[in-house]
Amino acid sequence: MTVNDTAIEVSGITKSYGDQPVLRSLDLTVPAGTVYALLGPNGAGKTTTVRILSTLVSADAGEARVAGFDVRTAPDGVRRAIGVTGQFSAIDELLTGRENLRLMADLAHLRASEAGARVDELLARFGLAEAADRRAATYSGGMKRRLDLAMTLVSRPRVIFLDEPTTGLDPRSRRDLWQIVRELVADGVTILLTTQYLEEADRLADTVGLLDGGRLVAEGTPAELKARAGGETLDDVFLALTGHAATTTDDNETETLR
Amino acid sequence: MTTMSTSLTEGARDSATLLRRNLKHLVRYPSLTLTIIGMPVVFLLLFVFVFGGTMGAGLPGGSATAHPRADYLHYITPAILVMTVVSVANSTAILVAKDSTEGIIDRFRTLPIARSAPLTGHVLAAMAQTVLGLLVVLAIALALGYRSGGSLAGWAGAAGMLLLMGWAVTWLCVALGLASGSVEAASNAPMPLILLPFLSSAFVPTDSMPTGLAWIAEHQPFTPVIETLRACLEGSDPGSDAWWAIGWCVLVTVLCFRWASRLFGQVGKG
Repeated sequence: MTVNDTAIEVSGITKSYGDQPVLRSLDLTVPAGTVYALLGPNGAGKTTTVRILSTLVSADAGEARVAGFDVRTAPDGVRRAIGVTGQFSAIDELLTGRENLRLMADLAHLRASEAGARVDELLARFGLAEAADRRAATYSGGMKRRLDLAMTLVSRPRVIFLDEPTTGLDPRSRRDLWQIVRELVADGVTILLTTQYLEEADRLADTVGLLDGGRLVAEGTPAELKARAGGETLDDVFLALTGHAATTTDDNETETLR
Repeated sequence: MTTMSTSLTEGARDSATLLRRNLKHLVRYPSLTLTIIGMPVVFLLLFVFVFGGTMGAGLPGGSATAHPRADYLHYITPAILVMTVVSVANSTAILVAKDSTEGIIDRFRTLPIARSAPLTGHVLAAMAQTVLGLLVVLAIALALGYRSGGSLAGWAGAAGMLLLMGWAVTWLCVALGLASGSVEAASNAPMPLILLPFLSSAFVPTDSMPTGLAWIAEHQPFTPVIETLRACLEGSDPGSDAWWAIGWCVLVTVLCFRWASRLFGQVGKG
């Protein structure tokens, strides 16, 4: 495999907040055009991993390259290649859906004609055409999340980070979002998503990494992991490999980051 | 075109894009602008109609005049213009804090745009609001009988002074908004900025204050700014006050721009 085929390459990333270690020498590789799911409870270090890879936070040690750019020395190269949809809504609620998308198109320096077309295309694709000229504050949770993701896609990023993209969504909105992820991958985009939902990792990911206490405790295709742990579901895998269920959580990470 | 000028052009373009976003906010949230401009208007009415009769008589030579209220209006109009600028800047701290406690700031931080563009967008929107606020307050002062003895050049000087000061205090408030970490804290952080003009020559001459306080009042940045405004609006030469005022404004702008840019790079690093 050549370097060009690797979208994300992480080696030995370590990060602490105060004396609280969040990531302990994390290594992972995501081939271009695949979906990698980081699965783990709150506090496992998932969000921190995404924040380091998306240039929001710097690691204490280790190296990370995204789309061939070093996150530390070439953050603007990384930023030109990525799109990020975080755990917390990153839309502007005082603007309409259309204006939110147009804002992103303008910041991506699309030409005016191109920007208008791109905005219309995304509004239609994400089922927001009818609500396009309403303020985002009036949108439902599912619509806000779709707008959030649409904003991320305006600049046609090659690598997309989705931090718990379906947390708090109803089952139908969750399935809609999964469908969008599948379409993105069909277009050749690389996706790193984090999730606490085993079903989500199982359905979407080519590779699943089980993150626990800042370490990758297992990695493989969902089928490989199930075979290794002799379980029926990824739930069983998580329990077998970490000694506790994926949903046994503490909220340390979320709180630290807020 | 060189890389340097390309990035400058792009930085200006991104700042303009984000200025449009912030102006839309102001248009859609008119009660904020009303509150911001309302504060100095209430101060103006309060000081002229409630305190003005007594305060005007206390101005140097005031007891001899037949129109203490009109004299006091004349004395405090520059101060009220300064309060208008401060009031707008104050609200910018809140808007910046609101952005930085919501996910949108992380979106901006993961875009390949100039680091300062989202902040510059806020400052430019505040300047637009400042101009609007100054025009409203000035119109009311004129309606109450304020008359300036300043020439066109004097008015231009006063406008320049107010905008330069606006630029400086707005960058200060952007930094305070980023540093405060919450909208509640951000609404309190610039409080000293609202109080500081009272400890200057804004509302009473400094030589009427106790010695220690007078020394502070004479040496704090608002006094040369207000004295420069008074001189410009009265058609006299502000002299060294203008240099002190410009110096303070440039210093505060440079320091706070750097402080704010550094904080913006760190938001959420927690």
